[in-house]
Amino acid sequence: MSEATPVPDAKPWNDPSAVPFLQINNVTKKFGSFTAVNNVSLDVYKGEIFCLLGGSGCGKSTLLRMLSGFEDLSSGQIIIDGQDQAGIAPYDRPTNMMFQSYALFPHMSVEKNIAYGLKRDGLPKAEIATRVTEMLSLVQMDDFATRKPHQLSGGQRQRVALARSLVKKPKLLMLDEPLGALDKKLREETQFELINIQESLGVTFVVVTHDQEEAMTLSSRIGVMTAGQIVQVGTPREIYEFPQNRFVADFIGSVNIFEGRITEDGEDHVMVRSPDAGGDIYVPHGISGVIGQKVAVAVRPEKVQISKGDLGDLRNKLSGTIDEIAYLGNSSVYQVRLDSGKMLRVSQSNQARSEESALTYKDRVNLGWAGSAGIVVTS
Amino acid sequence: MNSLPLGSRIGALLGRMGLKGRLLVIAIPTVWLLVFFLIPFLVVAKISFSEAAIARPPYLPITEWVDGFFTINLNFGNYMFLLEDPLYVAAYLGSVKIAAISTIIALLIGYPMAYLIARSAPERRNLLLMMVILPFWTSFLLRVYAWIGFLKGNGIINNLLMNVGIIDEPLVMLQTDFAVYVGVVYTYLPFMILPLYANLVKLDEAYLEASADLGARPVTTFFTVTLPLSMSGIIAGCMLVFIPAVGEFVIPALLGGPDTLMIGQVLWNEFFSNRDWPIASSVAIVMLFVLVIPIMLLRWAQASGGGES
Repeated sequence: MSEATPVPDAKPWNDPSAVPFLQINNVTKKFGSFTAVNNVSLDVYKGEIFCLLGGSGCGKSTLLRMLSGFEDLSSGQIIIDGQDQAGIAPYDRPTNMMFQSYALFPHMSVEKNIAYGLKRDGLPKAEIATRVTEMLSLVQMDDFATRKPHQLSGGQRQRVALARSLVKKPKLLMLDEPLGALDKKLREETQFELINIQESLGVTFVVVTHDQEEAMTLSSRIGVMTAGQIVQVGTPREIYEFPQNRFVADFIGSVNIFEGRITEDGEDHVMVRSPDAGGDIYVPHGISGVIGQKVAVAVRPEKVQISKGDLGDLRNKLSGTIDEIAYLGNSSVYQVRLDSGKMLRVSQSNQARSEESALTYKDRVNLGWAGSAGIVVTS
Repeated sequence: MNSLPLGSRIGALLGRMGLKGRLLVIAIPTVWLLVFFLIPFLVVAKISFSEAAIARPPYLPITEWVDGFFTINLNFGNYMFLLEDPLYVAAYLGSVKIAAISTIIALLIGYPMAYLIARSAPERRNLLLMMVILPFWTSFLLRVYAWIGFLKGNGIINNLLMNVGIIDEPLVMLQTDFAVYVGVVYTYLPFMILPLYANLVKLDEAYLEASADLGARPVTTFFTVTLPLSMSGIIAGCMLVFIPAVGEFVIPALLGGPDTLMIGQVLWNEFFSNRDWPIASSVAIVMLFVLVIPIMLLRWAQASGGGES
């Protein structure tokens, strides 16, 4: 924060000499014949907010519970700050967890809840009191110290749970759907507070969430999980702009997928012939493939331009008829029926206020996107 | 009208009498309590203020109508007598002592059992609960008689211990306070386990995990989280054991000895041996207060103690 503190390398994962703070090596968890976590390896660096993002049942919570020590590993290894966690009980781990349900002790006041972990360490009373007061003011709950959890609102409980999990200054803080129980407005506010707190304390966060927006806002990097495996790890921008496969492209944001076959593999581009698009799609970078290989081209809705007039110089051009419009205020989403019959999703920010220039149902429109907007995804 | 089912016709009838839905639901148990609890209680209370007599019924009426004067004669002598004769005070104290110690023993045995059942796999819980309730399928009296077979001089326990060679002489267990404790704890243990189980099974495992996560070992977690959160179950279980145990009559009569003094037996003797209904009634009324006061105190403590159920 202050200038004196050296700003840590913003992207330690790009530095091959950096030592990961948390190492997850080939971790597998089986419940009977069901494999909840399948051979996951992951490195998280000090000071990161790392999000495990995935749908329900993808194994993200199980992975988190293994980090906390609530579940045993079927195989693999977890190393936190150089220490193998095998055989270490939850109460001896240098980690703390903020539970999805918050799990605030209902029979204890807010301050007793926060002091609980410090008392277990046998700290002197005066120090406990000081640190509890510090935490209370950090999460702006000073006035609620003597309340019981059932006298608090959802947002206040969330703050107390955060304070309780941070007060022991854990090396690694795990947050299980930290904002899941809050309404949208409160969630947005809290996201930024969470980032501020994390930056001021320098604790490494591992967040589990199914909410892609939450993951995008909070995290330094995201690991997308499905069926017990991590399918892609990257910064929010990497995950969004360069999804490595169809699942990631589809799971994060919305996307238009054109199935096709490679017809030309040039020096700096490939051409994909797609019956959906009714022609060839030009993709300048990404993969090089064999001619005839089946691939899919993913194009984000906001990267497609839509107009009744001429679109000018764009590499990929299509035309179609507007089928449906969803007006969202700041933007509009158009469902356009292409001449091939495929539906294309296009979103445009609403810059003009008037309705005159607006596109309406049944309008014939020209569509197009820059060559660099599309991305080839396999599998 | 006639085509309506009986239920709705009764409903319509009661509706015309101003008794509808919610009121009816409350009215039925209220009437039940009034007829089968409050009125008999008032009758007993009335008898406790009357004077014993060799008559039928064996007491004098407390109201008189003489020469146009209506008089009520309240005889406090019965209550005074309870205080004067040390037998009664000793019997009350003896009952409370036996009931309190039995309750604590039942709690110490019942809590781990309830905890284990609540923490066992869901599909096994019903079987285990069934085993707790199973003794109720046999008559209570038979089960207490069975204990005589276990505890008597040449009973199963003594024979076993002598055959193994731990003891040479049979232990005197029957007709002692020990036998009464065994009988009371055995009989009322399910009443301790069931409310504790109902409480512990609801205990969210996340609290235990949160406690472990914050550095508490399992024993600490038990005393700082599990135990306080199950307090309402403990209180309910203790009430269900303590209250009937205080008034227990059969167990001390069958298993207890001559020096086992419990108020239930005194009550029985006053009614059936001495046929002194007024004294017996006052014994019953005092017993009620002995029980009601701690219940009220506990309720008050619970209400002011915490918000959680």
